[in-house]
Amino acid sequence: MRAILGQLFLLGPMLIVGSVVAGDRVSLPKYPQPVGEKCVEPADIMRREHMNFILHQRDETVYKGIRGITAKHSLKDCIDCHAGYDEQGKAMPINAKGQFCESCHNYVAVSIDCFGCHRTTPDEINKMRQLTVKFNQDRPYGGE
Amino acid sequence: MKPVNFTQIEGKSFGYWALLGVLGAITLTGFVAAMYMEHHGHYVTGMTNQIVWGMPHVFAVYLIIAASGALNIASIASVFGKAAYEPLAPLSALLAIALLTGGLVVLILDLGRPDRLIIAMTYWNLKSIFAWNQLLYNGFFVIVILYIWFMMEKRMRKYSKVAGMIAFIWRLILTTGTGSIFGFLVARQSYDAAIMAPMFIMMSFVAGLAIYILVLMIAYSWTGRELGDSVLRRLKNLLAVFISAVLYFVLVYHLTNLYAAEHHGIEAFILLGKNGGSQYSSIFWGLQILIGSVVPTIILFSSLSSQRLMIGIASALAVLGGLAQMYVIIIGGQAYPLDIFPGMEIVNSGFMDGMSVAYSTSLPEIILGAGMGFGVALIMVVIGISVLRFLPQSLADEIVDPHYVAKASS
Amino acid sequence: MAASKEMTDQSRRSFVKQTAAGAAAMSVVPGVILYDVARAARDPGDAVTDRTRWGMLIDANKCVDGCTDCVTACHEENGVHQLGRPATDAQWIRKVHLRDKQTGREYGIPVMCQHCEHPPCVDVCPTGSSFKRADGIVLVDKHICIGCRYCMMACPYKARSFIHEDVTGQAVHAPRGKGTVESCTFCIHKVDAGEGTTACVQACQHDALVFGDLNDPDSRISRELAKYPSRQLRADLRLNLGVRYRNI
Repeated sequence: MRAILGQLFLLGPMLIVGSVVAGDRVSLPKYPQPVGEKCVEPADIMRREHMNFILHQRDETVYKGIRGITAKHSLKDCIDCHAGYDEQGKAMPINAKGQFCESCHNYVAVSIDCFGCHRTTPDEINKMRQLTVKFNQDRPYGGE
Repeated sequence: MKPVNFTQIEGKSFGYWALLGVLGAITLTGFVAAMYMEHHGHYVTGMTNQIVWGMPHVFAVYLIIAASGALNIASIASVFGKAAYEPLAPLSALLAIALLTGGLVVLILDLGRPDRLIIAMTYWNLKSIFAWNQLLYNGFFVIVILYIWFMMEKRMRKYSKVAGMIAFIWRLILTTGTGSIFGFLVARQSYDAAIMAPMFIMMSFVAGLAIYILVLMIAYSWTGRELGDSVLRRLKNLLAVFISAVLYFVLVYHLTNLYAAEHHGIEAFILLGKNGGSQYSSIFWGLQILIGSVVPTIILFSSLSSQRLMIGIASALAVLGGLAQMYVIIIGGQAYPLDIFPGMEIVNSGFMDGMSVAYSTSLPEIILGAGMGFGVALIMVVIGISVLRFLPQSLADEIVDPHYVAKASS
Repeated sequence: MAASKEMTDQSRRSFVKQTAAGAAAMSVVPGVILYDVARAARDPGDAVTDRTRWGMLIDANKCVDGCTDCVTACHEENGVHQLGRPATDAQWIRKVHLRDKQTGREYGIPVMCQHCEHPPCVDVCPTGSSFKRADGIVLVDKHICIGCRYCMMACPYKARSFIHEDVTGQAVHAPRGKGTVESCTFCIHKVDAGEGTTACVQACQHDALVFGDLNDPDSRISRELAKYPSRQLRADLRLNLGVRYRNI
C-alpha cells in the first residue's frame, strides 16, 4: 500500500521543481551526524551512486555469499555509522522522520524499498559477530 | 442468410451509465479490498501458510480459462467454418480479452508485493510455468487484438481466418499452461496429473461459453435487439455437450486416483469428506456435480430449454459449477495434507503437518476475486460494445441460420 | 593462484586427517569442529563455489521427545517472531512427532528446508527469486520476490512461509518483510562467516544434528553417512536432498 502510494507520489519531484521555479525554498534535509572517520566513498559520489553501490553489493552478497568486512557497500554498514540516537542512547530507525535515509529521500520524494525487510537500527549482537567474522577472515584457514 | 450488420450500442441512455456506474462501484470495492489486504498483510484473509492460494485465485484462474473458452465461439466460425457462428465472433474475441484482463488484475492484486509488477516483467525464470504463462497471456492479447482488427477492417478481412486459426492454437497452448500450473506440481497428492491440462481446456469451453451466452442474452435483451432461437439453440446444445465432457474428465481423473493406493487418502478426502474434507466433498457433490453439472445438462437437453430464462439459468449454474470445481481443485488440493512421511501417522507437529486445514474464506478475498475480476471484465465489454461494432444489429434466425426457410414458404 | 589454492587445500586436508580422530571426538562441542570449519573457509571476497555442498544429518534416535531447542534457537537467531497466529506465523523449522501405523514405533524429528539438489521451488519461481547457491543452499532473493507463493505450492516439505504481516526488529543478517516468502537458510550468515555450523546444530544438546560439507569425504557428516544407513524424505521424488535422516 505504502509503496503503491509512493509510486503515485512520483509526481512529487515535479511539484518540487515547480515550487523552486516559483521562488519557494524547500529547506535542505537535516539528519544526525554519522559516526566514524569517513564514508566508504566521497560524499558527492555516495549521493549520486549509493543506490547502484547497494544494488551491486546486494547481488554479490545474496548470490555469491560475499558479506562481512569484504562487503564494501553493505547496507548494514550504512546503518551502523549513520543511525541517530535518542536521549536514552537508543538507536532510531534510519527511515524514521528526520533520520539519515528518510530526510533525504523525503526531500527528493523517492520511496525506499529497503526497510520493508532490512533492520533499521544497528544491532549489538551483530557487532560481536563482526568481530568473529573478522577473526575468522583474518585466518581464512582457521585451524592451521 | 442476409449480410450481417454490426453496430455499436447507443451508449447514451440512463441505463447504460447506470450499468457502468454499478460495475465501476463493484470494481472500486474490489480495489479497496486489495489495498486493505496489502496494507495489513495477508493475515486478514483466509489464506495461510497451509492454504497459500485462496479465493482470489479461484476467481482469477476461472476467469483466465473462461477467457480462452470465450474465444472458442469465434474459432468455431474461423477454424471449423461454421457460418452460423460468424456473427458471434467479434463479441467472443472481446469477451476473451476482457475476461483475461479481469483474471490477471485479480492475480496481480493478490501478490504479496503487487508494487513489484515491474520485477515480474523484467526478471524471467524460463523454467517456471508462471513465466511461460506470462508470455502466453501477453501473446494472447496481441493475437486476439489483431484478430479483432482483421475481422472489423474490410481490407484485412481476408487474413481473419488465419488469425483465427493462430488464436485457436494459442488458446489451446494457453489453457494447457494454466492447467499445468497444477499438473506439474509433484509435491501435492491432488495435482501432479497430466490430465489437468486437457481437463482445464474442457473446463474453459464450459466457462467461456456459459459466460458468453449470459452476456449475449443480457446485451440483446437490454438493447432491444433481436436474438433468434436458432443462435441460442446451437449455443445451448454445445454447452450441454461441453459440460458432459468435463464430467468425463472428472470421472477419469478420480478413477485413475482410485486405482492407486497412494491416492486413496486424497480421494476419500474429496469424494467422501473423510479426515476433515467434508467442506470439499459437499462442494464437490452438491455444487460442482449436482447443481453445476447435472442440473444444467438436464435443463439444456430437455424441453425446459425452450424457455430463454431456463437457458440463462442453466448457463449461470454452469458458471457456479465451474467456480465450485476450481474451488475444489485449488483449495481442496491444498487442504489435503502433504504426504511428507508416507506410511506414518503424525502424532503432533509444530506446523500442522498431516492435518487437513480448515479454510474459511474472507470478505476481502471474495470482493477482490468476484468484484474486481468480473467488474473489470464486464466494464471492458460494456465500453467495448459501445465504442466499436462488436454486436450484430440483429441475430434473428433469417440472418444467422444458413438453413433458414421463411415460414411463409414452408 | 588456482594452483596455490589447490596446494593449500591439500596441506589443509593432510593436517586435518592427522587430527581427524580428535576432531570427531570434539565435535559435540559447538563451534570446535575444526575440521569442517577448515575446509569450508573461503578467502575473504571469494564467491561461493560448488566445491562445497552443505548438508545436515539428523538422528531420530538422539532427538529427544518434547525438546524444541533447535526450533527456538533458529527463530531466535533469525529474528522469526511468533505473533500467536499459528496458521500465518512463519516457521523455518518445526518438530514433527511420528508413529509408524503398522508397528507403533514413535519418534520425533525436526523438519526444515531440505536444500534439494533439484529444488521444485526454484523450478517454478517466475522471477528466479528462489535459487540455489553454488554451495547447495536454497534461498529466496527477497529483492525480486513478488509474493506469488508458487514455490510454497511446489515444495513437498512445507518448508516455506509467506510473511503475512509487517515485520519489525529483524536480525541484521536475516532481512525479512511482509509479502515475501522465506525459509531456512542453513544460517547462511554463519556459514559465510566461516563458522561452519548453524544455530539449530549449536543448540542441540543431544548431538542429534550434524552440519557439514557433503562433498568432503572426510567431514563428520560424510563419514557418518558413509557408515550408517540414512534416508531422505520423499526419496521417491529424486530431489537429492541436503538434509538426511537416520533411524526413521
